[in-house]
Formats: sequence, C-alpha cells, structure tokens
Amino acid sequence: MKLLRILGLIGCLLLIAGCGANTVTRGSTVNTSGGDDTAGDGFTGMEDSVIDTESEYAYFSKDYFDYEIGDRVFFALNESALSDEAKVILMEQADWLQRNPDTTITIEGHADERGTREYNLALGARRSEAVRTFLLQQGVGAVRMSTVSYGKERPFAACSDETCWSKNRRVVTLIEETAGS
Amino acid sequence: MHLALRVVSLLAIISFLGGQGLAQSRSDGPLQIEINEGIIQLFPIAAPQFIAESAGTTKQAKDITDLILSNLERTGLFRIVPESSHIGKITNFDSPVQFSDWKAINVDVLLTGAVAHGEDGNLVVKIRLHDVFAESSLGQGVLYRGTESNWRRLAHKISDVVYSRITGEGGYFDTRIAFISELGTKTNRTKRLTIMDYDGANVRFLTDGTSLVLAPRFSPEGDELIYTSYRTGKPSVFRLNLRNGRETRVLDTPDMTFSPRFSPDGKKVMFSRTTRGNTDIYETNLATSEASRITRNRAIDTAPTYSPDGRSIAFESDRSGSTQIYTMNLRGGNVSRISFGDGTYGTPVWSPRGDYIAFTKQVGNIFHIGVMLADGTEERLLSRSFLDEGPTWAPNGRVLLFFREEPGERGGPSLYSVDVTGRNLTKLDTPNFASDPTWSPLR
Repeated sequence: MKLLRILGLIGCLLLIAGCGANTVTRGSTVNTSGGDDTAGDGFTGMEDSVIDTESEYAYFSKDYFDYEIGDRVFFALNESALSDEAKVILMEQADWLQRNPDTTITIEGHADERGTREYNLALGARRSEAVRTFLLQQGVGAVRMSTVSYGKERPFAACSDETCWSKNRRVVTLIEETAGS
Repeated sequence: MHLALRVVSLLAIISFLGGQGLAQSRSDGPLQIEINEGIIQLFPIAAPQFIAESAGTTKQAKDITDLILSNLERTGLFRIVPESSHIGKITNFDSPVQFSDWKAINVDVLLTGAVAHGEDGNLVVKIRLHDVFAESSLGQGVLYRGTESNWRRLAHKISDVVYSRITGEGGYFDTRIAFISELGTKTNRTKRLTIMDYDGANVRFLTDGTSLVLAPRFSPEGDELIYTSYRTGKPSVFRLNLRNGRETRVLDTPDMTFSPRFSPDGKKVMFSRTTRGNTDIYETNLATSEASRITRNRAIDTAPTYSPDGRSIAFESDRSGSTQIYTMNLRGGNVSRISFGDGTYGTPVWSPRGDYIAFTKQVGNIFHIGVMLADGTEERLLSRSFLDEGPTWAPNGRVLLFFREEPGERGGPSLYSVDVTGRNLTKLDTPNFASDPTWSPLR
C-alpha cells in the first residue's frame, strides 16, 4: 500500500504540476459519516481498513508522520536542492499536514560535520528554506511553518564517514502541535 | 636562530595595580630575537628562583618564578637553563651579577627577581634582565604590585615584559581565552560558554548549558563577549558583559543571526543574518541598534572579520560555486576574491597586526589552518588534520589558537596553539572538550 502511494506520488511528480493540496491519493480520504472507526484513528469504513492494514500507527498520529511518511529528507554534499525522493516524502508530508490543519511544524535544517560551523549554519538554513518553500507550494500555510538551522550542531549519526554524513545532511519536519492528541 | 643582540637598555617602568617604579636610566633598545621562519635554535635563558625578601614569601617566589619560566618555555622560542646546572647563585637582588658564571653555562639572558610583602600586605615583585653576552644589566628593573590572590597575573605581566624586551614583540601572557566547553556524546552535546586564563588556569563557566551557544568573540577592550545563542529557539547574537554578567540581545529580529564580531573601535557589530534561507552580512551600530546590510547576494556570505583599521572586511562566500574568501570595503565596494588554491576557504580572521588573514581550508577530507597576506599571496598552511577550524589571533599576531576535532563517535574537539610560522603546535589543557576559541587583548 505504501508502495502504491509512493508510486502515485511519483506519477504526480512526473506530471510536474497539479499534485498539490487537492490531490487525493489512496488511503488519504477521510470519511466523515458511515461505518465504525474500528482502528480508532479517525478513519471509518473502507478507508479505515485500508489504513489499518497499512500501518501500525493511526494516520493522524505524530508517529504516522514521523515513521510511516518519514519526518526527514536528505541532501547531497553542500547541496540544498530537493531530490525526487525528497519531493515524494514532502508531498506526503504536505498531504498529512493538509488533513491535520491544527498542527504547526518546525523545519530543522542540518549539515554534516565537514565544513565550518558558520557555513553549515547557513547551509542548514538554505535546506530548511528549500523544504519550507516546497511545502508552501503544496498548500501548507506559511503561518504554520517556522524554520531553524542547527548546522552541524545536532548530528543524527555519530560516525565520521559518509554512511553517517549522508544521514546528517537532512531537514527534519518536526510536528509541534497535533490536534486531538 | 637569527639572534640580534642589540644595545642593552633599561626596562621600562611598569606598575601593576597601583604600584610604583624604580628609577629609570638610559633606554636604547631591546635585546632581540627576530622571530622568523628561520628560527631553529632556542634562546637560552636562566631565571634562578626569585629571592624571598620578606618572611613568608618563599612559596610565592617559587610559584612566580616557575610560572614565568613555564610561560617562556611554552612560546617555543626559549630554552630554560635549569637551576641544577647553574654555577652562580643570586642571593641579593641588588648585588652585581658574576657574568662569567652564566657565560660558562651558555646563558644569553639572565632574569633575576625578588618577592616581598609591601606595607599594605600586597605582593611586590622586582625583576631585572641581564645581557650575559654584553655583561650588562638592563637598568634597575621593573617593579610590580598585586594582591596575593593575583600572583598568577603578576607572573604573566612579568612574562610579557620579558618576552617583549627579548623579542621586540608585544606579549600575550596576561590574556584570557573564551571558548565553548563541550560535554556529552556526539549526538547529544551540551555546550557552555567558558572563559579561562591563557594558560588554562581559572576556568569559569559563563552559561549553564541549557541553550546551545557558539563561537564567542572578545570585545576590543576584553570586557565583553559576543556570541550566538539558541536561547530564543533560533540562533541569535547576544552580548555578555563580563563585569556584571548582563546578557543582551544585539538585534531584535525573528531572522536567524550568527557569526558576530566587534568592530575594532567596539562601537559596531558585524554578523550574518539569514532571511528566507539567504545569508548576508549586516552591521549594527550598538548605540542606535540600526542595522545596515553589507552584502547583497544570493550566496552564503558569512564569517566576516574587520581589518584592524576598521575600513575593510574579509568574509567567506560561496558565490563562485565553492566557499572562498573575499575582501571589500565597508561601503560594499572593491569586492575581490583572495583565495585561489585547491579546495575551499572559510573563517577568515584578520591579524591584529594587519598583515595576515588566518583561515580554515578544506581540501578533500583534510582541514588546515593557514595564513595569507590580505591580498591573498604568501599562503602558508600551519596545521593539517581530520578537522581543524576556527583560528583566533594572539594580541601580538604571532600565535594562533584553533580547535581540532578528532573523528569518530567518541571524538571531540580540543584547543591548539601554533606559531604563525607553523612551529610549536601545542595542545591546551581544558576540563572538557573545547571548541571555538577567542583570544582576548592584553589585560
């Protein structure tokens, strides 16, 4: 199911435009009437079962955002351009955020340890802005988003080679408030 | 070593904490080591333990002598001739020196001193330099006064005058270093703004570690620090008054601000400010809080440094596609790229002498600290490791501090000093991991 959703999003990417706020992908329609919310995740009816088998997390939960969609995207060395993979994840993030209109997010930009402290702070800011701009284009309201750069101050992985550096060149979308949680 | 022993002179009279000087006679010029890259021999100096002139000052006399010798030895310019090989004994500060005793053990300069308690209970230290080669004592000496608890500063002041008389350069011993103490694992570091004496004594933590703090810089008077703090949640420039502990935000803006430096007159602050992901350099007048934009470019412009005359700046920018160092005048004109070697260049820091610009250079996976003249010529690399970064100058422009980070999960940063010639690379002792050093002016 996850794979199908991603393929759908990639399809959107290939078509370039029009995959913004109103694009409905599988498993993301919320029924407001009919059926029982068996999974207790806000979904009912058929959609409920779809979501239920798809993930151990409730769709509206922060865990779903963090682990099922993915709370982070990665960057090439010294780059702030979004890869196609990153765009797929960000479109799913945007989709989730559209359906959780009371959430606010902090977009954290990070860099690897190669490079000076100042440059990495600026690079992290560039990366977080690239993500903010993309989410904005996907229809996420500007007032819901703030950005911060940590440069190389908060590595996710501790080793000193590319296997860790590639994990540290990242932007993390941090859910600050979740409605109903 | 190119040693130019010049005409001998009397030391200038310097009093410390309200002291008085001894009489002064002729003043013809210093004994001199010329510090240059050609130095391969060390300058031999002897300093027998200072005489305890009043009861109960033996320990102070020993401690002060030892600290002066330790300071001189750490410069990498002197060879301390140990007391065990001395032939002559100094028993009275005012008795004539038997120069043959010191010539016999190849001492070029002899330092003698005496410590006593003054009437007010303060320590009084007298010192005198003797040119063994010319068989002449350098005047009547210098007298310092200070409280008992300030004995280290007395020793540092004396070291500065000895260094200065022998090298012809200003000293750097009575100074402080501010830096960032780092504790915890690499993925969960606590960082605290910290200050200590140049030699690692008197460590004092200035922040408690609840907010991430980065890259302090001293004010030109040495009485304030300016740095980046995450106190507001975002990187913002703060000033800390070291006398009263008051911390104030420099520019009230929702934008991220970082990489601050004081202007040479202390009236302005230059820093980076990021708006919509774009980082440019700004300057704020501290009296009016008016901010003006210095660079206007889609590239990352950061790590600015003022020239000592305050008219020009150097900074790093990736406007060419890779990070390089540029200079320009403060009105935004005359922009010129000065770094052209392999790799990337960042964190330029103008020497207080105005001659060199120190920098961090990255070539592949190796980092260097280096210096070049302000026009980009005469590039010289002083260090090399997995990660060397963030140079800062001693007030005499002869020595640099920087930090070196060891790789790996357990790796962390330490402070190092190195001469501008590339000699005498020395690790400094700090209680924890330490990064982002800034060297104060002479106190």
